[in-house]
Amino acid sequence: MTTNRAYAVELKDVNIYYGEKLAVKDVNLSIAHQKITAFIGPSGCGKSTVLRSINRMNDLIPGAKVEGDVVYRSQSLYGRDIDAVEVRRRIGMVFQKPNPFPKSIYDNVAYGPRLLGIRDRKVLNEIVERSLKHSFLWDEVKGDLKKSGLALSGGQQQRLCIARTIAVEPDVILMDEPCSALDPIATQAIEDLMKELVKQYTIVIVTHNMQQAQRVSDYTAFYSIRKEVETEGKEKRWGVLVEYAPTETLFNQPSHEETERYIRGEFG
Amino acid sequence: MSNRNLSITTPLDIGRDPRLLNARLKRQDSTEPILTKQARPGEMLIRAFLLFCGLLSVFTTIGIVVVLGSESLLFFNSGVATLTEFFTATRWQPQAGEFGIMPLLSATITTSIVAMFVALPLGLGAAIYLGEYARPNVRATLKPILEILAGIPTVVYGYFALTFMTPLLRGMFGQDTVQIYNNAAAGLVMGVMILPTIASMSEDALSAVPRSLREASYGLGATRFETITKVVLPAALSGIIAAFLLGVSRAVGETMIVALAAGAGPCVLGDTCFNPFAAGETMTGHIARISGGDLSYNSVDYNSLFSIGLTLFVFTLLLNLISRSVSKRFREVYQ
Repeated sequence: MTTNRAYAVELKDVNIYYGEKLAVKDVNLSIAHQKITAFIGPSGCGKSTVLRSINRMNDLIPGAKVEGDVVYRSQSLYGRDIDAVEVRRRIGMVFQKPNPFPKSIYDNVAYGPRLLGIRDRKVLNEIVERSLKHSFLWDEVKGDLKKSGLALSGGQQQRLCIARTIAVEPDVILMDEPCSALDPIATQAIEDLMKELVKQYTIVIVTHNMQQAQRVSDYTAFYSIRKEVETEGKEKRWGVLVEYAPTETLFNQPSHEETERYIRGEFG
Repeated sequence: MSNRNLSITTPLDIGRDPRLLNARLKRQDSTEPILTKQARPGEMLIRAFLLFCGLLSVFTTIGIVVVLGSESLLFFNSGVATLTEFFTATRWQPQAGEFGIMPLLSATITTSIVAMFVALPLGLGAAIYLGEYARPNVRATLKPILEILAGIPTVVYGYFALTFMTPLLRGMFGQDTVQIYNNAAAGLVMGVMILPTIASMSEDALSAVPRSLREASYGLGATRFETITKVVLPAALSGIIAAFLLGVSRAVGETMIVALAAGAGPCVLGDTCFNPFAAGETMTGHIARISGGDLSYNSVDYNSLFSIGLTLFVFTLLLNLISRSVSKRFREVYQ
């Protein structure tokens, strides 16, 4: 059933507000199944906000409101009868700063499966091993699963967070600038990992790094900022999706001048 | 080039605001060295005063320990009670020459346990509600109200225990079971008194847990309650234990409520001690009652009070040490 789906998630006429303030306007985007989609754009263009709307992470911010439709498996994520907890079980997230729990490596990875009610030690052991192997961390930590997740290096912590996310086998993994706190070698490891993971998962990544988007992604969405002077000295700013295309097309033959200027490094 | 030469050879004062030079800055063309260390008596004075403030509490503590210790030593040397008798005798009756601490200690323990049974779950529950569930405007109303509870004088709580809680308990469990003065009423009201302290400190501990940890948990499909119990509470445990301990210390040291509502005479060990519905006199209550009467200095009764005080001090010190080791062992450090 899942293999025939062309799109994992579709955003239709999405507006996102923080309180009264419009943050992102009119985003239409279809995220391809089992591909890597990158969101790029200058700071404040709302790319992280859009990302967080895909697994209802914005619910946690008081005043955040989403208009329009985010469709996953023909259900609108913001419908009345949708359980945000169920959404997040299917659509997992990796954050900008590695945020392992202050628990052991084992307990970090087993956290999600335990939430699903798995208590059998043997099953948990298997899941933990498989997830850590899948995130290329197993060889580095296999003798020391009782060690605190916080004792690992930054790059290892981020791979632990990825292992934790894939332990519950979501459909989609959202990554919010997962390498921005990491050095180049750790970044390389995460990028290699993403290329492996995409064989099984749909990945959406927000990145500030255009080379990274070019290296790893199949599709790229470029967001930018629109401004409007409201009254004297007061300015309204919101984010828009400017262009969405296969990564190669977007970087080599952008159809908007703004995209071209951004990828040439002229602003942002 | 010529400009540069000019600025080196010419005294800098030319272009400067003269008021700067009149103030603190030494003149650039002064013949003596201008960077030499200066005496700053004001700073020294402030530093000395701040050091004094810091040391005051240390010296006060030392003073209290010395007084408690030496007076207690007088008591134990007077031969009315050995240390073993002090801890094993079943009565505290100075007139009869019986000095067993256990009856007083038992009332302290009973009232404190009752109080913590009220204060810990309710305080923690209030903290979790305020910190994790309440909407900002609800929280802004509830928190000040809760904090008013902490500002009520304990003598008011004492009368509340005596005139409200005791009749309530007697109505519920029967006049024969619940005595007019009883540990339960004092303990319950003491719990209400401590509740805001526990709630406020626990809430601080909970809100200190970084949002990134909560997000990680929600991102894995945890519910709010699962996130609180499995991530937030373990990470805040050391703060919660500290709150619990402060609560216990306040319960053990509380005087007015127990003096008014718990009873005015030590129980007899093996008789009614540890019965929450019976009357009892705590260590603090006993010290307050006896030292309020006409007690002559250097009498055995007078010295005996210091032995109670010392026991109280050691008791809270032990609690402190235990909680420190407990929180060190179980807390999840997140930074």
